[in-house]
Amino acid sequence: MEDNLDETSQPELSADEEALVKEMPALTDVGQARRTFLGQSLTSGVGLFALMLLEKEQALAALSAPADAVFAPAAAPENTIRIAMKVNGAAKTLELDSRVVLLDALRERLELTGTKKGCDQGQCGACTVLVDGRRVLSCLTLAATLEGREVTTIEGLARGEQLHPMQAAFIKYDGFQCGYCTPGQICSAVGLLEEARRGEASHVTENVTVNTTSLTDEEIRERMSGNICRCGAYPGIVAAIKEVHSGKETARTWRFVNDDELARVRKEWQTDETV
Amino acid sequence: MRPFKYTRVSDANAAARAVTANPNAEFLAGGTNILDLMKEDVERPNELVDLTRLNLADIKAGPNGGVTIGALAKNTDTANHPLIRKSYPLLTQAILAGASGQLRNMATNGGNLMQRTRCQYFYDTAMPCNKREPGTGCGAREGLNRIHAIFGWSEKCVATYPGDMANALYALEAQVRVRNASGRERSIPIVDFHRLPGDTPEKDNNLERGELIVAIDLPKSNFANNYYYLKVRDRASYAFALVAVAAALDMDGGRIRQARVVMGSVAHKPWRSREAEAALSGKPASEQTFRSASEAALAGAKPLAHNAYKIELGKRAVVRALMRAARLI
Repeated sequence: MEDNLDETSQPELSADEEALVKEMPALTDVGQARRTFLGQSLTSGVGLFALMLLEKEQALAALSAPADAVFAPAAAPENTIRIAMKVNGAAKTLELDSRVVLLDALRERLELTGTKKGCDQGQCGACTVLVDGRRVLSCLTLAATLEGREVTTIEGLARGEQLHPMQAAFIKYDGFQCGYCTPGQICSAVGLLEEARRGEASHVTENVTVNTTSLTDEEIRERMSGNICRCGAYPGIVAAIKEVHSGKETARTWRFVNDDELARVRKEWQTDETV
Repeated sequence: MRPFKYTRVSDANAAARAVTANPNAEFLAGGTNILDLMKEDVERPNELVDLTRLNLADIKAGPNGGVTIGALAKNTDTANHPLIRKSYPLLTQAILAGASGQLRNMATNGGNLMQRTRCQYFYDTAMPCNKREPGTGCGAREGLNRIHAIFGWSEKCVATYPGDMANALYALEAQVRVRNASGRERSIPIVDFHRLPGDTPEKDNNLERGELIVAIDLPKSNFANNYYYLKVRDRASYAFALVAVAAALDMDGGRIRQARVVMGSVAHKPWRSREAEAALSGKPASEQTFRSASEAALAGAKPLAHNAYKIELGKRAVVRALMRAARLI
């Protein structure tokens, strides 16, 4: 839908903030320019926040001498391995330090930043991707082990502009708030569908000796327990998965606001402020 | 993470040879525990020998009505295999009680047996830990020990074995088949696989250096009808057990012919209670019988400062697991 936010309206800025905004271009060039900017901000008397940032940068710089170095040079790769795999259908060949896990290979080398780093130790599920169609944690998957494997990330689920049904359902049911866990939730849910289709059992399955292909809400919650959502969007997540899994669509209970409605609300706000 | 050499091997003997040759090498299977521990700087191998291409993932009927499961079969595939679901549903339940869908898709059966304790002092390299660094002391003995052992602990270590799958394997009297660098195989009864900490808590199990788990052999089971795996934890899913119970009954009408009771997360290894099993054998299946069995199961418990609750919790868990196994609730 069209974004109707009015970009011409600006919040009121104090004189100090105005000065900061003028200096903002310096921020786009990180490193030394950033430190210069912070120094200037400081001498012009702006902000405890800037002071704290500067202290932190100095402390970090002190850890990695020389003092005028902006960043410590990246450590040279050790025990380099060469790995050929498919990522979202495309063949990729990478030379990697043997320590690199799939999560970092995706984010830092293949620029696929949809996969998120949460805990980085297998406790949150934010980094969930599909390897050969099965959901796994990319933070605990050594890239070196993936020779010849097929990886699918959140970026590989849609077909062009057409969202994967699970992506569409997450939007329909508001299955997220901040969105950080969402790529992992969706990849996990896609993997779950296939597990259910194969009749796999779960911890809450009453009788594990028979195949379970139709999932209750309780089954969905248990099977998704490896994906933590700090915002607590679980009801929407369960509803989204339930719809895609069952194939039974329920009517969307909300719609995007239209231009007339938005204009009316804006008008009401303005009237309120002048009162 | 510290640098390490990555070695890929094509057969089990070569894997065993590689780890035998380098005292600082470790096997890599699912990676769900060792990579976590390497990120935390608890495990510091200088070489990982990748087992994932080895052909050790089969699950098939074995001799004398048993089933053999490959060491590299994934937890998910093991729990859902028709042979396991039909003849060893207790094992299915135990595996599915552990970790998450993603982790079970990665974790292997051999790796599951090899997983290390989740004692917080073991994980925290700023703390003393005789298991991580022999001779430094035990942080948990006089520290926060709510999740720790009530059986079989020593002054050197009060950690527990955290897994679920092994609790069922103890109840099913599995054998762990291992192979060494010269290709020689031996079978270790599961009850002798893990160790109590004693004076050498750095040794979790009785494997020799370089020995590789190749399979787990399950004998024919009479426990496919009356079984239950109960896991009690701080949240409903995706957490380690505070107390777990693998209960299995071989029933003759309303009478118990034979019973197996194994408790998890109460000791440095799964804790099979022969006392409870004796209290059940030949008795009618009833809540009263199960209560006396639970008293027998926990009679020898020695709690630490913060885990005395595990005794009452353990008794109630034993009763409940047996009630479910007997289908009385």
